[in-house]
Amino acid sequence: MWSDARLIAAKDLRIEMVSRVLTTQVLPFGLLVLIVFGFAISPDRQVVGGGRGDQTRAVLEQIAPGLFWLAVLFSTLLAIGHSFAVEAADGNLDALRMAGLDPAGIFIGKAAAVLAQLLVLELVLGVGALVFYGAPLANPVLLLLTMIVATIGIATAGILHAALAAGLRVRDTLVPLLLLPVLAPVLLGATLATEAALFGPASDGWPWFYGLAAFAVLYVGAGILAFGSLLEET
Amino acid sequence: MTSSGVGLKFIATPLHTGSTGSRALGVLTLLAVGALLLFALVLSPPEISQGDAVRLFYVHVPSAIVSLYVAFGITLLGSVIYLRKQSVFWDLMAGAAAEVGVVFLGFTLLSGMLWGKPTWGTYWQWDPRQTSTAVSFVLYLGYLAVRKLDMDPTARSRRAAFLGIVSFFNLFIVRFSVQWWRGLHQGTTLNPLDMQMANIMLFTFFLGLLTMTLIFFWLLLHRFRVAWLEHQLAEISLEAAIAERRDEDDPGSSPALAAKGIS
Repeated sequence: MWSDARLIAAKDLRIEMVSRVLTTQVLPFGLLVLIVFGFAISPDRQVVGGGRGDQTRAVLEQIAPGLFWLAVLFSTLLAIGHSFAVEAADGNLDALRMAGLDPAGIFIGKAAAVLAQLLVLELVLGVGALVFYGAPLANPVLLLLTMIVATIGIATAGILHAALAAGLRVRDTLVPLLLLPVLAPVLLGATLATEAALFGPASDGWPWFYGLAAFAVLYVGAGILAFGSLLEET
Repeated sequence: MTSSGVGLKFIATPLHTGSTGSRALGVLTLLAVGALLLFALVLSPPEISQGDAVRLFYVHVPSAIVSLYVAFGITLLGSVIYLRKQSVFWDLMAGAAAEVGVVFLGFTLLSGMLWGKPTWGTYWQWDPRQTSTAVSFVLYLGYLAVRKLDMDPTARSRRAAFLGIVSFFNLFIVRFSVQWWRGLHQGTTLNPLDMQMANIMLFTFFLGLLTMTLIFFWLLLHRFRVAWLEHQLAEISLEAAIAERRDEDDPGSSPALAAKGIS
């Protein structure tokens, strides 16, 4: 399983190195989302306290964690779509199965490749959010760990649900409908954990971190068990 | 159909959607609706803090319970059995239950908002139950969308069954996380399940639960039978098409087709 996973992940990352879809399309899209949030909410709008202390804060700074994760989710839809678009041509998924690869390995490999790409994306978007929205960073360790476990959950749930729509003409419209409600709990948990990491106290964030970790474990397990039966037909 | 598996064939036997059993169920359902209207609107008193708005509660909470637990529970069960036995019966049953369940859940959302306006002063309160119900509604819309996909029926059924199982667990993940989230931000709001109820109100509530359950099963039975007849029709048309091709090939007796085992 693991060697197959490595093969698939290496293949997907190699395709990305050549095609540069993430860096030339998904990443700029994510940054654009961060900027248009600024247009929608207005950088001048202030709120007193907002639940944390008495000082006046910009609304944008206050809600930076949620906007960041929304931008990540939207970019995820593109990254996941692309991960299956490269398999759509010439019955590639069937070819992978017929090559004797373990379906659990295919699942882990594809999820790992998406995970690596999303983490790079989050690093850039995270810096972007800190700069654009002017948020402080009280606890970088919590932020980093939150990013990792939340993204494992996003990548595995994403690959699993995208496989349901693999090879169909309606893939681009179906995957967001299937995926966003499933990822709603991740958006909640990651936003609250990130809020704690930015504004403190970190102790508010750790329970959400554990919740995100549990979600990730559930979906890694579900994918390993079920991916084979999803690929079988097509 | 050999695939119905369990001893539930009588559900699928008639050549139309009505049968003696379903008509009896329909009459029983109508009686229950009449009794519920009498108790909910006339005999039961207004509640102390909610006034007459409490009467919505007799249909709102039952429809939530029926859709989330009964309907989506049947979808879960049907999906598991389908994956184990490839039973068309249970595949169609899972789909029919989800479809009726989504209607009930939509009604839950609507009646909840109508209850919220006089009670909370607003249609949407971001109450944990309200919010997670809205997300669950979209979850199962996604399931129904997968059932409608234009693709090979067997592959589609397998994908739908997988999603029918995953969605049931997602229901709880969503509910749990939203409750946790809202729990941090607000104290307890007035909740339909928290109130003190007089005996007659409690009775009316259980009557509502019974009535909604009867309505659900009546609708489920008919929805399932429509799906089952559609399935029969598709099989018959397929067999007719195959027979027609056979007749075409017979006189010529093409050796190429014979070699492929088609004629």
